[in-house]
Amino acid sequence: MTLIFNRRQALALGAGAVGAMALGAPQTLAKNDSEEAIRKFTGGKTPAQGKIKLELPEIAENGNTVPMTVTVESPMTAQSHVTDVLVLASENPRSGIATFHFSPASGVAEANTRIRLASTQDVIAVAKMNDGSFYMASKQVKVTIGGCGG
Amino acid sequence: MAVKPRIKLDKKEAKKGDIVEVKALVSHVMESGQRRDNAGNTVPRKILNKFVCTVNGKQVFAADFEPAISANPYIQFKFRAEESGPVVLTWTDDDGSTIVGEESIKVS
Repeated sequence: MTLIFNRRQALALGAGAVGAMALGAPQTLAKNDSEEAIRKFTGGKTPAQGKIKLELPEIAENGNTVPMTVTVESPMTAQSHVTDVLVLASENPRSGIATFHFSPASGVAEANTRIRLASTQDVIAVAKMNDGSFYMASKQVKVTIGGCGG
Repeated sequence: MAVKPRIKLDKKEAKKGDIVEVKALVSHVMESGQRRDNAGNTVPRKILNKFVCTVNGKQVFAADFEPAISANPYIQFKFRAEESGPVVLTWTDDDGSTIVGEESIKVS
């Protein structure tokens, strides 16, 4: 046990040192490309907080199928509506979960599906409005059994 | 592939302007492309990557799916009833094939 711990510690130290020397890149909290995906989606704009309601269980016993509802506050008229909602996972092997496309014909900007979560992490939703503004919300889900099947 | 999606509208008849809720479930493995089989080979990705719903030919909702969508994907969304007509739901597979389901709505 001690041996394994030491080896891991050594590996972590080694990797950290190499990373710091080679890249000197700013450390980010997210393990995957979720931040880059948000940047790509918003075109570099920083999304404002609010307007989005993310409904997810606090604790998901089975990460293979976690029910998720995302609702964006909007009158959904031709003048003011939500066009796209990007949903991301901060620590899945790949950040993308889904992108929902709405229009005034949707009536309500709401979608529900079931998602896979590999481990305890944040689910992030970014909404794009027709006027070019962005809103963001996130919610942490504790996952008991990971759902990316290995 | 003769997969028949299960589709349910919360009302078959609606007044103009009413919000109609659609629930749909389709059988599909949604293989993520991250798993390995017993021999250690990666199981190739095979998912439904696109979903579109049209009412009377007009798109009311669409979604792009990633491998993080569960097997046998379930989707629930709403649309505003404007005119009577077919409600067509189409899922597109990675291999290009499609799964199509149809319901209808009567708007008065």
